[in-house]
Amino acid sequence: MEALTNVLFGTLRVSTPLLLAGMAVLLSQQINMLNIAIEGLMLAGAFSAVVVGAFLGNVWLGLLASMLFAMLFTLIFALFVIDLKANLIVAGLALNILAGGLLAYLLVVWFNTRGVYSPGTLDKLPLITIPIIDQIPFLGAVFSGHGVLTYVSWLSVIFTSLLLYRTPLGTHMRAVGEHKEAAETAGIPVRRVQYTALLIGGAMAGLAGAQLAIGDLTLFSENMTNGRGFIAMAAVFFGAARPGLTALGCLLFGLFDALQIRLQIGTGIPPQLPQMLPYLIVVGTLTMIAVRRKLKGTSI
Amino acid sequence: MRGISKMFPGVIANDRIDFSVERGTIHALVGENGAGKSTLMRILYGLYRPDEGEIFIEGKKAAIRNPQDAIRLGIGMVHQEFQLVPSLTVAENIVLGNEPLKSIWVDRKAEKESIIKLSKRFGLHVEQDLPIREVPVGVQQRVEILKLLYRKAQLLILDEPTAVLTPQEVDGLFDVLKRLVTEGHTIIFITHKLGEVMDICDKATVLRHGKLIGTVNVADSSSTELARMMVGEEVLRPSEERHPASKEAKLILDDISARGDRGLFALKHISFKVNAGEVVGIAGVEGNGQSELVEVLSGLREYEGMITLASVDLKTESIRFRRENGMAIIPESRKTQGLNLLGKVSENLIVNKYYQKPYSAKTGVLSWKRITEFAKELIVKYDIRADGPDAVAGTLSGGNAQKIILARELSSKPVALIAAHPTRGLDIAATQFVHHEILHMRAENVAVLIISADLDELITLSDRILVLFEGRIVGEVDARTVTHAQLGLLMAGLTDAVS
Repeated sequence: MEALTNVLFGTLRVSTPLLLAGMAVLLSQQINMLNIAIEGLMLAGAFSAVVVGAFLGNVWLGLLASMLFAMLFTLIFALFVIDLKANLIVAGLALNILAGGLLAYLLVVWFNTRGVYSPGTLDKLPLITIPIIDQIPFLGAVFSGHGVLTYVSWLSVIFTSLLLYRTPLGTHMRAVGEHKEAAETAGIPVRRVQYTALLIGGAMAGLAGAQLAIGDLTLFSENMTNGRGFIAMAAVFFGAARPGLTALGCLLFGLFDALQIRLQIGTGIPPQLPQMLPYLIVVGTLTMIAVRRKLKGTSI
Repeated sequence: MRGISKMFPGVIANDRIDFSVERGTIHALVGENGAGKSTLMRILYGLYRPDEGEIFIEGKKAAIRNPQDAIRLGIGMVHQEFQLVPSLTVAENIVLGNEPLKSIWVDRKAEKESIIKLSKRFGLHVEQDLPIREVPVGVQQRVEILKLLYRKAQLLILDEPTAVLTPQEVDGLFDVLKRLVTEGHTIIFITHKLGEVMDICDKATVLRHGKLIGTVNVADSSSTELARMMVGEEVLRPSEERHPASKEAKLILDDISARGDRGLFALKHISFKVNAGEVVGIAGVEGNGQSELVEVLSGLREYEGMITLASVDLKTESIRFRRENGMAIIPESRKTQGLNLLGKVSENLIVNKYYQKPYSAKTGVLSWKRITEFAKELIVKYDIRADGPDAVAGTLSGGNAQKIILARELSSKPVALIAAHPTRGLDIAATQFVHHEILHMRAENVAVLIISADLDELITLSDRILVLFEGRIVGEVDARTVTHAQLGLLMAGLTDAVS
């Protein structure tokens, strides 16, 4: 029983950055401009959260900085793909490489350190105890006591869903993504809609990075996203770019991630094997989805 | 609209056209493809800027720079290609860009009510909650019309609205249009179907080759008169003596049916033969199955029935098999089907034989030396004005681009040649060159099938002309004796008129 609650609690913890990044990628996919720069944006968020947080001595300002800095990076991506009509994949990869290199460089220049920056002075984001649920045996142990961003990540799913299906802006995003010309003839400011979708996603990607840097730990390390952005992207395909299903995909991958962490403890299995698990699941599920869609004769 | 002119590179699409519409009428704008109808309406809707001319609305001069201006002035247009988002619902599509709000949310209740009000008033029933991709084309068109009405359009331009509809849907559309007119709306109806003009239009304006031919009251006119206005007067036909065609059928189509892109039958039980050394022309108003016919013959579209080329059934054969067994094709669209515009002239000349000796060694390596030699030879023989075999095909003029296709297709000793609109967009010299080459093929005993919208071209080149109407062959005439008027009537589907 304790093992189960541990794994489920762990699932929600490791799903947090996936959900936030997933919603960011989802918005970009809805406007048909898949944000491949997601890894870079998360790294930018993680870096600025730690650095600004430590510099100003306030973890909340670090959180704010993570959003702003990731949005700044998003603006570069948006400029390239929207106005300069750059290829999505090239622009995305370029930004990922740029983020990785730039941040590693800044670590050396500013902190004279390689690979990892860990200011001892910074507190983690606070954990939140939910009053009543906390007292309920099983539920309390699973749902209460997470970091603040975990709850934010659940809200981000609701936010994304309401935005897309209940507001004019969201409807315009879907229209722009699916049939740009039709949106244009209907008088929708296509460019503005595209920028908005990417920038909202950018803020969420920044939060996803912040969760890694100041939610779980208080350090920044090179490549600390470790492919989570791409897993989030896989979740978007899993969920056909619908918020609920995408969130389910994120939780599924989170579950296997939590499982593999658990499997590493005291089982004697070489840790590399369980570590492969979530990624194998990604490949497996995407293959299954592709086969099923092929049988049904539909795409996306 | 007064004195409207619009030039495109090489063509005058509209030549000083005066056009006016009265409030509360259905006004037909008629003409062959390329007559300038769509251009004129695109100017009115702000999609093109006229080179000359002015537009007046209710007596006031109007500046229409973009579709937003047009919408503000109460002008709306339903394009042939619907501008609808497939996964959004009918209701979402109607209000797209003008959603009713309740604080920050879309007010679905107000949206529903205003759409119900509109659809009741004009008899345009729609299921609001279905996604567009699940509703039939006829309903999608209703959605387009509702979209305009929701934006308070007074003047509705419909660009060939019946082209995609079933006969029942056409009846429904006509009821709606009559209702709109009684409510004080004005409709411009772009079409080339004369029956429809006679059925529901009050007035008709005819364009031909970018020029205004005239405006008539439909009640005082007849479809014969309109047909004559559309196709124009006779030209002198060449009295060139030809050797008679042989009786050996090279290309046989037996009971061919095929579906179009919309899933409806675009070709219905078509049968004909083309003999060696014979030119058969296919006439018809565009959209009556010509494209599908070319695609079926090329092997790009599935069909029912049997096609034989030199006594070989093509049903299960590949496109390469067709090519290797003597089928040459001049496709409809030079730029998308005929050429790789980004490739070199030599690459374009070799695409149907690059894998054969001597251009390809056994090892699968191309011999560029041989390919270049071959290309140079053809460039001289077909007088292709290009900067050598390495010139990029897309940089050539239309005439020279077409010569690349001719060179490639005709140099491979064809048994049958399918030529679709072989001179479209070409100047007179290039047209003559193409005609000469096609007649040369005839003299070489090739079976030639030529599909064209240009009646003079068909009459000049063909021995026999078949007329396609709504996917059927509605008539066969002798090219030596047929008149434009006869062809025009057949093309309009008026088969009784020609005995």
